[in-house]
Amino acid sequence: MSDNTKLLRVENLRLYFRVKNGVVQAVDDVDFDLGYNEAIVIVGESGCGKTSFARGVLRLLPKNVDTYSGRIFLDNQDVMTLNDEVFRQNVRWVQMSMVPQAAMNALNPVIKIGEQVAEPLLVHFGTEKEEAWAKAKEMVEHVGVPGAFLNRYPFELSGGMRQRIALAMALVTEPLFVFLDEPTSALDVLTQANIFNVLKRLKKELKISFILITHDVATSSEIADKVAVMYAGQVVEVGHAKTFFEAPLHPYSDLLMNSVPRLRVKKEPTFIQGQPPSLLGPPTGCRFAERCPKRFEKCSQEPPVVEAQGHQVKCWLYV
Amino acid sequence: MTVDDRGQEQKSIESIKVQEQLSDKDILLSVRDLHVWFELKRWGLIHSGYVKAVDGVNFDLHYGESIGIVGESGCGKTTLMRTILGLVKPIQGEIHFAGEDISGLNTADLKFYRSEVGYVQQDPYGALPPFMDLHQIMEEPMLIHGIKNAEEREQRIRDVLTEIKMCPVDDFFKKYPHMLSGGQQQRAVIGRAMVMEPRLLVADEPVSMLDASVQVEILRLLEELQASHNLAVIYITHDLSTVRYFSKRIFVMYAGNIVEKAPVDELLANPLHPYTQALLEATPDPEYENSLHYKEIPPGEPPSLIDPPTGCRFHPRCPKRIEGLCEVEFPPEFEPEPNHQVACWLYE
Repeated sequence: MSDNTKLLRVENLRLYFRVKNGVVQAVDDVDFDLGYNEAIVIVGESGCGKTSFARGVLRLLPKNVDTYSGRIFLDNQDVMTLNDEVFRQNVRWVQMSMVPQAAMNALNPVIKIGEQVAEPLLVHFGTEKEEAWAKAKEMVEHVGVPGAFLNRYPFELSGGMRQRIALAMALVTEPLFVFLDEPTSALDVLTQANIFNVLKRLKKELKISFILITHDVATSSEIADKVAVMYAGQVVEVGHAKTFFEAPLHPYSDLLMNSVPRLRVKKEPTFIQGQPPSLLGPPTGCRFAERCPKRFEKCSQEPPVVEAQGHQVKCWLYV
Repeated sequence: MTVDDRGQEQKSIESIKVQEQLSDKDILLSVRDLHVWFELKRWGLIHSGYVKAVDGVNFDLHYGESIGIVGESGCGKTTLMRTILGLVKPIQGEIHFAGEDISGLNTADLKFYRSEVGYVQQDPYGALPPFMDLHQIMEEPMLIHGIKNAEEREQRIRDVLTEIKMCPVDDFFKKYPHMLSGGQQQRAVIGRAMVMEPRLLVADEPVSMLDASVQVEILRLLEELQASHNLAVIYITHDLSTVRYFSKRIFVMYAGNIVEKAPVDELLANPLHPYTQALLEATPDPEYENSLHYKEIPPGEPPSLIDPPTGCRFHPRCPKRIEGLCEVEFPPEFEPEPNHQVACWLYE
């Protein structure tokens, strides 16, 4: 399995957490590819394991991990075999970084913006302070914040500006790709559109890749080259944005797309009956079977991932 | 319409509602020249100014009508709602509910008024007390409003839970908020707001914290309640794409003013104010083509409400501003098309 054209390859990633009443299978056997200069959007309902997947790849794990297994290749290097310290020094925030959810509220209120943006450089590369500030200035200007703001404190900035600062913090070490976890969900429509303009420009100018995690399908289309749909800890469909938004294949993707209210097309949105299964003891077979309008006998067995119309789908309908 | 709590032994919801004198007009809520300013720090006689959160808002809401108020955070939509609920006092202007000025209400009347206006909060988990089960949550408003007949309360709780589709009812009685999913929590909040059979429901971003698949379910529920109870609904949101499925008229707010009022389809097909046009442009539909080009977004951020720009408040960001007019004089409301009002000099 040596596919050199991929920036990130994740194979059979499993991330289970121990909780009081058992083991939560947050990420269960996920395969995932990300190409160079590509943006993939992971969509899914809350609790489907999107954020856990990002944390699994970045190895930002809480203490109650039960199982953490699989293989992760980053730029053709097997990073899963590295020990934690090497991973921290050379991989996390150097080759890949993350803008966590609600990042704009995670800035330290008593430290100047500049120091916070420059910090990864000081920690990872031991850069001189002045040089790091110059680099930080360049990066905040890239995301559309005036360089003079480096001397300000987070509370002096609006939400949209703070979100851009969080983005600059993730970009300052020039990683190969960035995880964006719900980067605009707390922002206003105009600010949101502005941030997506910035992301589009960064992708073009810095040739950077993005994995965007969101539950907002409509705004995700602003940047998506590909779309991956997660349901109950598994990736159920991956496809090109163009074909996905027009005609998703998996019944869950289809229902999800139909539930999105649209502004310009007069179409009544529908909602999905029922609730996602508990990840404490997920059902055997297809995890969506219980809510699926197209289920048949085979669905009680685990569906394979098959290639259909250019998409990878985990569904018996396409076998 | 005074209600003395101690004087009356038996009170039922019907008996309270009968006291209401219906006016001939079909206007339920009328807001006139409403200004809500919050005072900043003050040292003795020295003021340092006001935050002008709502600055000159006018509108009428008819019985059974649903309107959507759209705007960015900080544009004053939540303050407007809180003023309508009687939680904040305006410094100028009037709010009439069913013909009665609510600013002059005494405590007892205000209590009655609050049984007439339901409130659906944004964050359902934060809005439900974690130490009460669903039965207690639903019963609480009736206890506060003095409905002493336990059987009537029980019946009402059952009716409401059935209406918000929490069936079978008995299974849900003993559930605490943390045992419910996000969608169920929001339905419980709606149910609690409906217990006193209000005539107006104010919903502040009721679906913004929920997943897409659940959002539609909640909006459908609100729609059903609205139709079956002839309920007037004020739906406050920042998301234009959901308003369309729910409200008949949209008001667009910017920096404390309503800048455009129009029926939904008219507004979406023919937005007049440059701000509304920008909002529509910025709201995407899930289509691949979005990723191919940049969006034209007016630069900058909404202004500070402490010292808002002179003239039209959108003029510093407006691509179509008329020099010498927009920054000087505040635009009055024009009506270039029937039922479509816009506060913009372009339509003078």
